[in-house]
Amino acid sequence: MSVQELEKIFQDKIDREVRIEPKDWMPDAYRKTLIRQISQHAHSEIVGMLPEGNWITRAPSLKRKAILLAKVQDEAGHGLYLYAATETLGITREQTIDDLHSGKAKYSSIFNYPTITWADIGAIGWLVDGAAILNQVMLCRTSYGPYARANIRICKEESFHQRQGFEILLVLSQGTPEQKAMLQDAVDRWWWPSLMMFGPRDSESTHSDQSTQWKIKRKSNDELRQQFVDMIAEQAKILQVTLPDPELKWNAEKKQYDWGEIDWNEFWNVVKGNGPCNKQRLDARKKAHDNGAWVREAAKAYADKRKEREEKEIKVA
Amino acid sequence: MNQQTIFDYTIHLADNALVIAQRNSEWCGHGPVLEQDIALTNISLDLLGQARSLYQYAASIRNKMNGNDQATEDTLAYLRDAREFRNCLLMELPNGDWGQTILRQFFFSVYQYNLYQYLQRSSDNTLSAIAEKSLKEVTYHQRWSSEWVIRLGDGTEESHRRMQNAVHELWMFTGELTTPAGYELEAARENIGVDPASLKAAWSQTIAEVFQEATLDVPATGWMQTGGKEGRHTEHLGYILAEMQFLQRTYPDSKW
Ligand SMILES: [Fe+2]
Repeated sequence: MSVQELEKIFQDKIDREVRIEPKDWMPDAYRKTLIRQISQHAHSEIVGMLPEGNWITRAPSLKRKAILLAKVQDEAGHGLYLYAATETLGITREQTIDDLHSGKAKYSSIFNYPTITWADIGAIGWLVDGAAILNQVMLCRTSYGPYARANIRICKEESFHQRQGFEILLVLSQGTPEQKAMLQDAVDRWWWPSLMMFGPRDSESTHSDQSTQWKIKRKSNDELRQQFVDMIAEQAKILQVTLPDPELKWNAEKKQYDWGEIDWNEFWNVVKGNGPCNKQRLDARKKAHDNGAWVREAAKAYADKRKEREEKEIKVA
Repeated sequence: MNQQTIFDYTIHLADNALVIAQRNSEWCGHGPVLEQDIALTNISLDLLGQARSLYQYAASIRNKMNGNDQATEDTLAYLRDAREFRNCLLMELPNGDWGQTILRQFFFSVYQYNLYQYLQRSSDNTLSAIAEKSLKEVTYHQRWSSEWVIRLGDGTEESHRRMQNAVHELWMFTGELTTPAGYELEAARENIGVDPASLKAAWSQTIAEVFQEATLDVPATGWMQTGGKEGRHTEHLGYILAEMQFLQRTYPDSKW
């Protein structure tokens, strides 16, 4: 069969909503796009552990500490599901991680912002996980089977995280004047970066068209962003916080919110590595990896020794 | 039974669990490999859960004694100073490398495993219920940590050297686990608690067996540091508390 014919069968499957599985034929570009996207998603989960992990030892109550610890652990689990999904595409976890450390692979820019106060942990749950869920719910129906299934597992836990984040903020909103100020300050700092999570405007997005045709993506960046603003603007009323955008207002005609312009200069700057924590985040990941090398080597050496011993015992027997 | 004794005994058990959970949780997001980052966090979560049950019980005892309801798990964890903490010194030591953290967990899990087996039969219903529930968790902690002690001890030359070094760092803090404090002896007399000295033989035997498989030397028993159980701590505890308690101290009387 010619490549053209294979491509036709492939696209036909996609159009009929048949999931693509690891053993199926797929265009090279589809495989590459998925490797890039899924590994970027995996790295985001892992790097995302750092800003929240920053508050585990300082969580203000034992209950909050337990919830946060479990949450950050869930993110590690999400990373595992996703690295496993990339491995079905023929790339090892080690290679993917090397690409992160060399700077070749990216992760979500949102994690390059610092968590300065406890309210930031609530804001991450509410806004960052809230934005991530919209994306991941869409990805539950993505065309590549293992990636879709990973997202289904992730979504179950993620919606829980968003509620917990909201609950942190709700308690602050009913607290002392200092706590209310802490809440508003966190929302002021996380609002715009959260909107940036959906990526460039549709008119600027380089990967979108092909991804849509392959049904990797089923909604555009701008559609998802609109969905997010409409959801958050309503929830903000319950928290009695002001979203830091004077142009944000309900448009009765369009039945959705209008809002101001994202600072795209900041967006590209952080993507390029100039965010407040880009260097710290990558350094922390590299340090963990390097300091762990002797542990991984020892585990491998021990497993090899055991295997050797077992083989000897079999021979003797 | 003297309520103060049950309180002291319960607080000691809770402080052990909380302080080591707090230390272990420093690893979350920084572990050597994802699966083990998750495994150690699981252990932190189990220990934190145990600490919470114990603090809740201690708070109820204190409230009964004082005739009010001011004590909670959080006032006990967040509003006591270092001299009031009753954890063993071992728990508060810095993590060191991964091997040292694993080894500390192993020493403690073997101790907790033996302790909870007896504590299950405590005449105090709450303590026996907590021990019974925790024993399932601790059985896993002991298995996981001993497997890693063996793997690292008998892994590469470097890992062996690091583990032997960890043994030297931690050994002088192990004696306190099985050296009884006054409230432990009193709790044991009333069948509420366990005299930890009675756990020493079983503890030492497991350590020796695992060390042998790990090709690690058990140090000759030398001087053992004590004091934590009586509130005389290392310099490390103050920093742990400064970090852990900072929000509660900075914003008093706030709900979180
Ligand atoms: Fe996640």
